[in-house]
Amino acid sequence: MGAKDKVWEVFRQEAEGDPMIHGGSVRAPDEELATHYAREFYGRRQESERLWIVPRDTIIELDDPDLLKPPFDRSFKRPGGFLIKHKLEAARIRAGATGAEPIEELGE
Amino acid sequence: MRYPVAVNETERAEAFYAHVAGGGKVEPDDWMPDDYRAAVLKFVEMHANSELMGVLPEREWILRAPTLRRKLALTSKVQDEVGHAQLLYRVAEDLGKSREQMLTDLLAGKTKFHNVFHYPTRSWADVGIIAWLVDAAAIVSQQALRDSSYAPYARTMKKICWEESVHIMHGRDVVLTMMNGTDAQRALVQDALDRWWGPLMQMHGPPTKPETDRDLIWKIKAKGNEQLRQEFLSIYVPRIRELGLVIPDPALAYDEAAGRWSYTEPDWDELRSVVTGHGPMSQERLEFRRTHRAQTQWVRDAIIGPVGAAA
Repeated sequence: MGAKDKVWEVFRQEAEGDPMIHGGSVRAPDEELATHYAREFYGRRQESERLWIVPRDTIIELDDPDLLKPPFDRSFKRPGGFLIKHKLEAARIRAGATGAEPIEELGE
Repeated sequence: MRYPVAVNETERAEAFYAHVAGGGKVEPDDWMPDDYRAAVLKFVEMHANSELMGVLPEREWILRAPTLRRKLALTSKVQDEVGHAQLLYRVAEDLGKSREQMLTDLLAGKTKFHNVFHYPTRSWADVGIIAWLVDAAAIVSQQALRDSSYAPYARTMKKICWEESVHIMHGRDVVLTMMNGTDAQRALVQDALDRWWGPLMQMHGPPTKPETDRDLIWKIKAKGNEQLRQEFLSIYVPRIRELGLVIPDPALAYDEAAGRWSYTEPDWDELRSVVTGHGPMSQERLEFRRTHRAQTQWVRDAIIGPVGAAA
């Protein structure tokens, strides 16, 4: 690399309201040129609503599975962790509800 | 990356290879064995070189394009391909070789680029055949690379495939326009197909044994050479023939019983000779790049500073 070069990560938003998604990276000595490159590589076909251009060395990465995928049951943190179908059925019978709508699993 | 922490390098490498063989992905900052790193680098570098050199045959036709719209489309394609080279050199750089070194090796003839970019273009029909069929043969292998175990490469291929699909439409449109034209125009297309068919059949390389092809075992690439060639033939032979074009291989036929295309054995000696710099245009195109690199050095010096001036 040249004396002043560094790597910038580029994130793109495809449509208004969409999440910013990593597109790739460019190499440039300063913000101005990084912005030009990002525009040329990730926006010249009108495919992007917005770009974020971030110096790679400012990104903090966390990929420790002990922290992100701990081997404990964490299902209580997700809607799908609660299986209510049969309980709802029982509760409705107990309340005397008849002709109730077919019960579907409500969890995600 | 999710594989068990190992106690020594050998175990660590074994766990790594099990990870990629099982469909696992690798990110630039992950630990990887030197063999794997070198294999991905070689593969991506060759691909990047091909994108960069591949624009030269088409560039020659920008000034001679028949209409303004064709000129714009061709210029845009050339810009896309140089852009692909930039994206791929960026992926390769993260594996530990500088872009300057990759360019130096390419121009010194130490590294390779695809066989099809070593040939001359004789007429406007060549532009159509290249954009349609060379890009089609390329996209068959590039689509398979979207599953590469090296994740930054796989992600880049998604973007590249999207742009290549535009090029194929551009090329097919050029070919269709000429096939609807005069007898002379139709003859130019047939002549271009006659000259390009050999290089196209060589392009994916000779068949390899899946059990010894490390790029396949490590899932750097997802499909073997012969499988890619068969896929290309299945899609494009009917599309070529329906236009009244004749593919210059009398032995080319689909073998129903075997479920595969049979064809005259491609000239693998020609392939080896061409990719090692002995093609009809190899030296002229490399010389163009050398001159261009020297002429534009002052721009790079002004913007990024002299190469190697600091870490």
